[in-house]
Amino acid sequence: MKRASRLLPLLLAGCSGWQSALDPRGPSAQDLHGLFWLFTITCTVIWLAVMLVLLAALLRRPPATKGAAEAAGRRSARVVGGAVAATVLVVAGLTFASYLATRAISSDQPEALVIRLRGYQWWWEVTYPHEQPDQTLLTANEIHIPTGRPVRIELAAADVIHSFWVPNLTGKQDMIPGRSNSLVFTAEKPGTYRAQCAEFCGLQHAHMALHVVAEPPEAFERWRTAQLAEAPAPEDAEEEEGRRVLESKACAACHTVRGTEAAGNLGPDLTHVASRRFIAAGMLPTTRGSLAAWVADPQSIKPGNNMPMVSLTADELQAVSAYLTRLR
Amino acid sequence: MSEALEQRDLRDTALDEVLLESRLARTWHTPPGWVGFFTTVDHKRIAVRYIVTAFAFLLLGGVLALLMRLQLSRPEAGLIGPDLYNQIFTVHGSTMMFLFAVPVMEAVGVLLVPLMLGTRNIAFPRLNAFSYWIYLAGGLVLWVAFVLDVGPDVGWFAYVPLSGPQYSAGKRADIWAQMITFTEIAALAIAVEIVVTVLKQRAPGMSLDRIPLFVWAMFVTSFVVILAMPAVVVASTALILDRLVGTHFFNPAEGGDALLWQHLFWFFGHPEVYIIFLPAVGMISSILPTFVRRPIFGYLPLVLALIGTGILAFGLWVHHMFTTGLPRVGESFFTASSMAIAVPSGVQIFCWLATIWLGRPVWRVPFLYILAFFFTFVLGGLTGVMVASVPLDTQVHDTYFVVAHFHYVLVGGAVFPLLAAVTYWFSKMTGRMMSERLGRWSVALLFIGFNFTFFPMHILGLQGMPRRIYTYQADLPWGGMNLFVSLCSLALAAGFLLFVWNALRSARAGEAAGDNPWGAATLEWATSSPPPPYNFTRIPVVRSANPLWDDGGALPVASGLSVNRRELLITTTAEARPEARETSPRDSAWPFWAAIATTIMLVCSIFTPWAVVWGSIPVAVTLVGWFWPRGTPEDDS
Amino acid sequence: MKPRIVADLSHLPLHGAGSASLTWWGTLAFMLIEGTGFALGVGVYLYLASLAPEWPLGAAAPDPLWGTLITAALVISVVPNMLVSRWAAAHDLRKVRIGLIVMTVLGIVPLVLRVYEFGALNVSWDSNAYGSIVWVLLGLHTTHLITDVADTVVLLAVMFTRHGDNKRRYGDVQDNALYWNFVTLTWLPVYACLYGLARL
Repeated sequence: MKRASRLLPLLLAGCSGWQSALDPRGPSAQDLHGLFWLFTITCTVIWLAVMLVLLAALLRRPPATKGAAEAAGRRSARVVGGAVAATVLVVAGLTFASYLATRAISSDQPEALVIRLRGYQWWWEVTYPHEQPDQTLLTANEIHIPTGRPVRIELAAADVIHSFWVPNLTGKQDMIPGRSNSLVFTAEKPGTYRAQCAEFCGLQHAHMALHVVAEPPEAFERWRTAQLAEAPAPEDAEEEEGRRVLESKACAACHTVRGTEAAGNLGPDLTHVASRRFIAAGMLPTTRGSLAAWVADPQSIKPGNNMPMVSLTADELQAVSAYLTRLR
Repeated sequence: MSEALEQRDLRDTALDEVLLESRLARTWHTPPGWVGFFTTVDHKRIAVRYIVTAFAFLLLGGVLALLMRLQLSRPEAGLIGPDLYNQIFTVHGSTMMFLFAVPVMEAVGVLLVPLMLGTRNIAFPRLNAFSYWIYLAGGLVLWVAFVLDVGPDVGWFAYVPLSGPQYSAGKRADIWAQMITFTEIAALAIAVEIVVTVLKQRAPGMSLDRIPLFVWAMFVTSFVVILAMPAVVVASTALILDRLVGTHFFNPAEGGDALLWQHLFWFFGHPEVYIIFLPAVGMISSILPTFVRRPIFGYLPLVLALIGTGILAFGLWVHHMFTTGLPRVGESFFTASSMAIAVPSGVQIFCWLATIWLGRPVWRVPFLYILAFFFTFVLGGLTGVMVASVPLDTQVHDTYFVVAHFHYVLVGGAVFPLLAAVTYWFSKMTGRMMSERLGRWSVALLFIGFNFTFFPMHILGLQGMPRRIYTYQADLPWGGMNLFVSLCSLALAAGFLLFVWNALRSARAGEAAGDNPWGAATLEWATSSPPPPYNFTRIPVVRSANPLWDDGGALPVASGLSVNRRELLITTTAEARPEARETSPRDSAWPFWAAIATTIMLVCSIFTPWAVVWGSIPVAVTLVGWFWPRGTPEDDS
Repeated sequence: MKPRIVADLSHLPLHGAGSASLTWWGTLAFMLIEGTGFALGVGVYLYLASLAPEWPLGAAAPDPLWGTLITAALVISVVPNMLVSRWAAAHDLRKVRIGLIVMTVLGIVPLVLRVYEFGALNVSWDSNAYGSIVWVLLGLHTTHLITDVADTVVLLAVMFTRHGDNKRRYGDVQDNALYWNFVTLTWLPVYACLYGLARL
């Protein structure tokens, strides 16, 4: 059995681009990256030119005679006029380049995989809609996508404005209550890409991350099938006790574990919580220890979040963390 | 003779120079001590008071910035919790924008516009006094709330629904919204004064093409204030109503809209940037000629660039909303208009370069600040072109790239020129010069500290660091650069402290300045340092755009004004031909009382809507007291 | 610098009227500020209407009787208002006093009608966003009415004191008349929105 904690170093090993716009891993991000360098190089050249002219102006000896000064004035007028004209051209060129990039990025993709993402303070609800309701998948804080196929993320917000941003794959788009937005992108290579809420959304805006896991289509389908299943059954007495605690304590009022009596819908779905790489929206890598720590005192790990501290005995805590670890 | 001196319409023509000055001083003087403090309507005293207060807020805002850098210097630092951190960045942003940048620019305008125009006081001087008290009250409301741990925590643009009734319990967001009301009233009052002063109180002969460029800049800025600020007043009022009496402007469930807030806020918020920046470019255009010993190159293009920027400022607001999913056609339009602002900015940069090219640099401190401005502002302007592009903005919006960009524009583009201006016009406030040696050290510290603090933030943003996060996890590759930034911010802070120390020390013990210590060309240098309460013994007559350079040794002046009442000259709007002798109001405590009454009304209306009803009664009483005629010589006609 | 007297200003009048007066320009500037406020208010109304599936939102359109009466009262009041302004320009103290009394009454009339108008809106400010903007637009205009009536009353009082017969006071009366025209003018687009647009 591979522990989630062993995944973490693996994930981070190749993390030169762990949440970075400078390390594009999909066509949209590549277009944006190209545009970024076009702008950066153009702007650098302009900046250097202005600085050089300034330096030359500072070091230059002013014209000695009145006639020479007047001639220099006329020359300057022509140069200034030319520079303004050049500014107009550069600005027009950059506007056009940026228009082309927008067009390339936002082309319609009818065959795209649709995923619904809903922002909450401070976590993400993920839905994979399907015509058959029992095939519709509900999960949280981690999106799996097949490589090579466009995905359309439909963005909504439950409370305040959030913003979905996976810089390695594409630019951000806001999630606004009362409005619907969407974002289409493709991941070309398998990998885990970190996303983070980019619109200030309150106390724990800093800890509202999401992981986008791109995997080959077969792996994606396997994942999807596994996630559709009900929660795994407890395998020993401790896990059995853990399920009982989860069902009987406050946990069940907010969380759903399909296949148990826990059917709350205020917090993330926990049916396969241990299969996810992180808990609490990217806060901690998923381990039995981190699950126990989180349940024991969510408010000191992520102050202000909406999960209350549920008073449990040491044994109950042990049992719940054992059961949660089982939920793979 | 003594009887003649008491007559109401005694003219300056009847008096010799010494007697004239003592008479004018008697007519225009403000009593010393507390009475004078609360009643003065002298634009210079109010401006200095405004500037000192604004710098105090700058320091307070700077302390908050250092606290944030301390917290961010390492990952998962536990020094400041999320609740306090959110208050800190909200109060930092609100302080810097509403209590420092806008007021200080307007205050420099209040100080210099009347002096540069050759008049004796600003138009509506009591409104000017009122403006200061209201501004001070707004600042105190915000900071007292912060100290009491009820400071706003929703960001300086307070997006709904986060700031709305459902997600911001308590009074924090209301305090923010009402602080906006205070500062907008103060800013609008000054805008009206400046517009009217520029239109009607210019020295005879100062036709439109002879107005100093700083005055042009303040004139355009004032119009931008007048047209932009009502939007934020509408927005913050709607927010308070949503929170206090249950209206639904921003509630999508009842037909409201969260983006309505953003449209209203940025319709003000983007012009706000130019409200700060235009005075700064005006300062550059007015200071630069003195330090290259020649008139500005391209007066007309510079004026047109100011007006063009002022107009374009209203076509850009949507570029703060590129990630909200607006229609693509609209976004392309706003990309084009946002980039178009590079053209008037380019015109100004090129004209200044040509001015330096054709002149002979004098390496004094204000000129060094201007060079620092060139280096940083051009860079910030160019990253502005980057964020103006919709697709690029989707990657950098709400990240540290944007934090870097707007600090380059605001500190590089506005604070450096402001420091140049304070150094340059210090003698007109205090009669003394700032220390050149300390000044050079401040320029160096500020320049190096600023660039090393803020340049790396561009990279942090591209590496995925969002703004407004109170901490970040250790597995994110941001720790090293954040530590570097935090360390460099100390140099920046040292630069500001040194500047303030220099100003405080020089105000007491600086070298005494003559009328025109820099050998400059405009009218404020034609009077003493600091100028007398009446500014000019006789109103100057203007015959060129650089009167003190072009008029040789003698200053042409006009005579015939009364000396036993506060009198100034009204001229025509375009040509500045003398039109009427007009009086200027005397000192009065009523503006102070009106500000107190207004403050009580606004603060109480955070708690109950009825405060607007009963609170308006004392406001009305104080206003009647303010305007009620007193039969003073100033009331004659 | 040594002064050199090149011009004499002693022939100038002691107070300029109209565009030579600072308060006239100040009034214009404040009208520009408040006009922007009204424009934004109407803009918010149109923006919310453009988003809503139906308009008015969940309410019958307001009963037009009282609003139309106010419009009529305001438009009619412009005539005596212009006369007061003209009498003030002619420094005719007696007529100005009478005119200000008339204008005070004509200012109170729409305020009384306004009470009924609020009652005929068919929507409360806290029902939905439509109700909110309707009440705020009407409230904004009412505030202007109250302010100008208060201003007129104070001026009227001044005109009965020894300070009344003074060029400056006549100037104030003219500025006040100008402002009343502005209050009337701003009502028209608000009226068009509240009653016209809500019935389209």
